Amino acid sequence: MGKTIIEKIWDSHIVHSEENKPDLIYIDQHLVHEVTSPQAFEGLRLNNRKVRRPDLTYATMDHNVPTQNRDVIKDDISKKQMETLRQNCKEFGVKLADMFHPDQGIVHVIGPQLGLTQPGKTIVCGDSHTSTHGAFGALAFGIGTSEVEHVLATQTLTQSRPKTMNVKINGDLAPGVTAKDLILAIISKFGVKFGTGHVIEYTGEAIRNLSMEGRMTVCNMSIEGGARAGLISPDETTVEFLKGREYVPDGEAYEAWVEEWLSLATDNDAAYDTAIEIDAAEIEPQVSWGTNPGMVVPISAATPSIDGAENKEEIKRALEYMGLEENQPISSIEIDHVFIGSCTNSRLPDLERAAEIVRGHRVKDSVRAMVVPGSFSVKFQAEELGLDKVFKDAGFEWREAGCSMCLAMNDDVVPAGGRCASTSNRNFEGRQGSGSRTHLVSPEMAAVAAIEGTFTDVRKFKTGVPS
Amino acid sequence: MEAIKEHKGKVYPLDRGNVDTDQIIPKQFLKRVERTGFGQFVFNNWRFDDEGNRRPDFDLDDEKFDGASVLIAGENFGCGSSREHAPWALLDYGFRVIIAPSFADIFYNNAFKNGIILIKADESQVKEWMKKSADGTFNLHIDLEKQEIADDEGTVITFNIPGYHKENLLNGWDDISLTLLLDDKIKDYEDRQPQSAKVLDDDGIYKKV
Repeated sequence: MGKTIIEKIWDSHIVHSEENKPDLIYIDQHLVHEVTSPQAFEGLRLNNRKVRRPDLTYATMDHNVPTQNRDVIKDDISKKQMETLRQNCKEFGVKLADMFHPDQGIVHVIGPQLGLTQPGKTIVCGDSHTSTHGAFGALAFGIGTSEVEHVLATQTLTQSRPKTMNVKINGDLAPGVTAKDLILAIISKFGVKFGTGHVIEYTGEAIRNLSMEGRMTVCNMSIEGGARAGLISPDETTVEFLKGREYVPDGEAYEAWVEEWLSLATDNDAAYDTAIEIDAAEIEPQVSWGTNPGMVVPISAATPSIDGAENKEEIKRALEYMGLEENQPISSIEIDHVFIGSCTNSRLPDLERAAEIVRGHRVKDSVRAMVVPGSFSVKFQAEELGLDKVFKDAGFEWREAGCSMCLAMNDDVVPAGGRCASTSNRNFEGRQGSGSRTHLVSPEMAAVAAIEGTFTDVRKFKTGVPS
Repeated sequence: MEAIKEHKGKVYPLDRGNVDTDQIIPKQFLKRVERTGFGQFVFNNWRFDDEGNRRPDFDLDDEKFDGASVLIAGENFGCGSSREHAPWALLDYGFRVIIAPSFADIFYNNAFKNGIILIKADESQVKEWMKKSADGTFNLHIDLEKQEIADDEGTVITFNIPGYHKENLLNGWDDISLTLLLDDKIKDYEDRQPQSAKVLDDDGIYKKV
C-alpha cells in the first residue's frame, strides 16, 4: 500500500524511535519571532547551550511592530521584546530580518516568499499559524516556547506520530467564492476540534485550482479546526511559485529538486486514518458571527437560534459578547472597522482582489478601514501596481507590514464595542482589542463591507467606477 | 521542571468549552521576556473589566475558591494560539492539575513541559465534578503513579495518561537533556539525510553540501 505525503515526510525525518514513546524528528526549518522566543534563548543561556543549526533558523519581527512610524515604539515592553530578539540573534548567530530589513514581514508570509518554505521540509515556529507553510507540501506546525528552545538546542522535536486525515473538496468553488470562504465553511461544518491529533491533507479539484496564496489561506486556518497541521501535495503550481526564489537553487539543481518534490505527493493507493468531504459548489461567501472560528454562516443566512441548539449556553454567550440577536440576518450587521491583513490574507493577490472592488468607491464615513501588507516586499509590489493609491483614494489607511490588528499587540486596536470585518483568522473574545467584536471574512467581503458599512454579498456588488 | 507524583487540592470548575489561550492569557500580557509573573493575569478579560474592576459573572476570585489548584473545564481546553504563556499563567496562579474531556494539541504538549498534570476524563464525570465543586469545598486527590483520582468521599476512579509524559512528570525530567543523550543519532541523521544538506552558507546563500 502507498503512503500519504504526511507519512512520507514523517518517516524520512525520524531521528530516533522507541516503542510507546514519541518519535524524535528532525526539523529542517525553524522560524523565530519576538514574542515566543525570548524565554527560549534565555533557557539556552542558563544551560550554556548553543543554537545547533543557526543556518536552519531564521528570525523576523512581526507581532509587535508598529505599522506606521516604525522608529517610534511607544510601548517600552514591546520595545524591549524586539531589542531582546535583536540581541539574541546576534549572540547566537541567527539571521534576522528586523523591522527595517527589506525581507521583513509576517513570518508566514516571508518564509514562502523567500523560498525557505519548500515541499518535504519539516518547519516549525512558535506560532500556531505555522500550518500555513503546509500549502507547499511541507509538514509545518506551531510549537510552544519550551519546544522552540528544544529545536534551537537540538534541531529536533519529540512528537507523537500524527493521525492522517483527508479533507476532500468535491468540485470547484463558484465565482466570487474564495479560499477563505472554503476554509471557513470547512470549520463551520466540522467544528473547531475536528482535526485534533491529525495532520490534514486537503485534496480535490478546488484545491488543485487554487493559487499558492489561496492554498496558504486554507492551510493557515487548519489550527482553527484543531488540527496539528494542514498540507497540500505539491504540484506544478507549487514548483512554479518557488522557481527563482532567493533560497531555491537555479538550473539543474532546481530540476533535481522539482523531481524530488513532486514525488512526495500522496500515492494513489494510500489510506488515511480519517476522511471527510465537502462539496465546493454549495459554499457561499462566509461571515463569522460568534467568538470562535467555527461560528460561521453564509452571507445569505442569519445568526443561529438559541432554542433547540445543542450548545445553548455557548451560543447565548457568544451572541451576547458580539452584541447580536439570535436569528439576526448577517446582512443587517453594521461594522465600523475593516482590517485587511494577517498571515491568512495579506499577500499580493489578496490585496489585488480587494483593490479591484474598492477602485472608484469610498469607504463609508462611519468606517475606519486599514490595509496592512504581509511583508515589506508585498507592500513594495503593491505600490508598484498602484494599489496603495487605490486604497488611499478610497479612504483606507495604507500601512507597513506586520501582524497588526489580527491580534492587536501593537497600536492597531479595535476599541471596546467596536465591530470589525477582518480578513484574519480568529474571532476570539478580545482578540482585536479588549471588548472588540470580530467578523472573519475574505478580503473581497471585507472590501465591500468597508464601502457599504454592512455585510453584503460580494457577488451582488457592482465593481468598477460608478458612472 | 519540578517533579510531581501526586497532588491534592481544591477544585475550581470552569464550565465552558473551547476555552482558547487568548482567554487564558490575553495578548497584552505576552510582551514580557520572562517565564514568571503571568499568574495574576490568568483569564484577565473574564475576571476584570478595562478599569480593573471584577466582573460579577466570573467567580474565580470568589473567596470560596481561594487556593484552588485543580482546574476542571469543558472540551477542547487550550485551543487557538500556541502561546506557552497560557500554561505559565495557569501554573503561576497555582493550578497543578487540569481535567477536561479533551485538550487542544499544542496546549497539551506545552502544559506537560511545565509540570502540569493534564487528565482527560469522561464528559459525564467532568459534569459531575463541576456540580460538586461549585460551592468551593470539593477536593480531588490525584495520584499520578497509580493513575487514580480520589474525591473527599473516597470514590476512586482511574485515568489514562501517555507513559512518556507520566515518566517525565514523575522524574521532573527536561526534554532537552533527554534528547541531548541522543546526540550521536542526531549527528547520524544529519550525515545521511540529503534534506539537511539543503542549507545556507554564512552569507545566507544557498549551497548544496
